[in-house]
Amino acid sequence: MNEYIRIEKLRKTFKTDRVCLEVLKGVDLKIEKGDVCGIIGFSGAGKSTLARCVNRLEEPDSGKVFIGDVDITSLAKRDLNIERRKIGMIFQTFNLFESMTVKRNIAYPLEIQGVAKARVKERVDGLLELVGIKEKGKAYPAQLSGGQKQRVGIARALANDPNVLLSDEATSALDPQTTLSVLELLKEINQKLGLTILLITHELEVIKYACKSMAILEDGVIAERGGVDEIFSNPNSAAGRIFLKVYQDMRRNPSYSGGEGI
Amino acid sequence: MSLLNTPFWEVFLASFDPAAWKSLVPAIWETLYMVGITCVITLVGGVILGLILTVTNTFGLLPIVWLNRSLSAVVNCLRSLPQMIMIILMIPVARMILGKAYGVNACIIALAASCIPMFARLVESSLLEIEKGKVDAAKAMGSSSFQIIFRIMIPETLPSLIRGFTVAIIAVISMTALAGNFGAGGIGDIAVRFGFQRFQHEVLFAAVYVLVALVQLVQFAGDAASKILLKKRHLI
Ligand SMILES: Nc1ncnc2c1ncn2[C@@H]1O[C@H](COP(=O)(O)OP(=O)(O)OP(=O)(O)O)[C@@H](O)[C@H]1O
Ligand SMILES: [Mg+2]
Repeated sequence: MNEYIRIEKLRKTFKTDRVCLEVLKGVDLKIEKGDVCGIIGFSGAGKSTLARCVNRLEEPDSGKVFIGDVDITSLAKRDLNIERRKIGMIFQTFNLFESMTVKRNIAYPLEIQGVAKARVKERVDGLLELVGIKEKGKAYPAQLSGGQKQRVGIARALANDPNVLLSDEATSALDPQTTLSVLELLKEINQKLGLTILLITHELEVIKYACKSMAILEDGVIAERGGVDEIFSNPNSAAGRIFLKVYQDMRRNPSYSGGEGI
Repeated sequence: MSLLNTPFWEVFLASFDPAAWKSLVPAIWETLYMVGITCVITLVGGVILGLILTVTNTFGLLPIVWLNRSLSAVVNCLRSLPQMIMIILMIPVARMILGKAYGVNACIIALAASCIPMFARLVESSLLEIEKGKVDAAKAMGSSSFQIIFRIMIPETLPSLIRGFTVAIIAVISMTALAGNFGAGGIGDIAVRFGFQRFQHEVLFAAVYVLVALVQLVQFAGDAASKILLKKRHLI
């Protein structure tokens, strides 16, 4: 086993005025290099929190996150910023910079490191080509469809040649067909670049379509972890069984959601 | 010509007579000078103060709660003072900085002291409008706090910052008119001296035209600038 991402005993509690909400109660998760690992869980299960602890957008209370040999959780701010460049992240709400054109959005992560202009331009053009929106370089984000916005988000996340891509419900705001094409793109990137992808979702279809392995997050811990087919054929956790049942119901009755296929 | 003994329209017509404008024209320059300098000081001071207020708050980029609380308290104190009182309170400060407590420059100090805190709050509220996700995205890419502030927060909220600055300039103009009483000169001074003390109401009228035109112009320019930006970004 070539474990690339190791999450160990990760705990996170949110404290608001009076209440303490224990979201992650000791998450252990190992992800191999080049894997596309889907994490599924109910709304509020703490999937986003888990993903955000990996690049420390959220500070975990305790526990460790290793990527390769680097202990992310113990990095000082400056080193963390350097390490973050190697961890791409895409979001459900895209979070593109509306003051910048598509090209400048994608160039931003390079510009902040002072990469030479010619090099940036070359890289941006390559990325636009890779995500299939070559003609949109001069457009502003507000002029794009959701699918195109997420492609920009992906290109921007890839600008630094990261080793890891964190995808937090990246397709949840998209229609089924666009979801499919964005997942296709993520699979392609995974194959071409050997990127390790942590794919957060609340749709089993997405996992079935795009992931190589999966984990179920329930009650603040990983309830189940394994290959996609393995868990699909015989889910052991309560959450796993519910997700599977909903998935099967939807397939039997395609009018439920976007339809068959995804 | 006074409204007390002359029909309104005669005063009105006289307000377009060059005689009414003779003493007003130099006052316009004084006003523009005061407004100009005060606006520059307000812009710089307000942006800096507003930024500090924004980033040091509990959920900000660099939370420093004690600094945020104390600055916020100072801002509230300054904002609670009417302009007249501010001018008087600033007498010692003006004397310390300029060596005298009256005149145009002393007035600028008082104006800035009340406009900086006001504009700082406008800057703060504009900067807080930014979607949290954009800041998260910038952080996730390894941006420093400095880069997040100057490359993301300010550019993203620029249309709103411009609208805030427009409001601030207009506040400066009206406060400048008031400051005239304290030996600072300017349009407000002319309006009060001629219109109130000498009952030359045609001069008062002329002064009002200038003030109204000035405010309209600033509002128009501010609206246009912010609209151009939004159009460029295809947000409207
Ligand atoms: N910054 C925060 N402060 C307080 N509570 C928070 C914060 N962020 C998340 N939470 C709470 O933590 C819990 C887990 O949130 P999280 O966003 O990780 O869930 P999720 O699994 O991603 O859900 P969803 O599928 O709806 O995105 C929720 O109950 C949420 O209200
Ligand atoms: Mg979430």
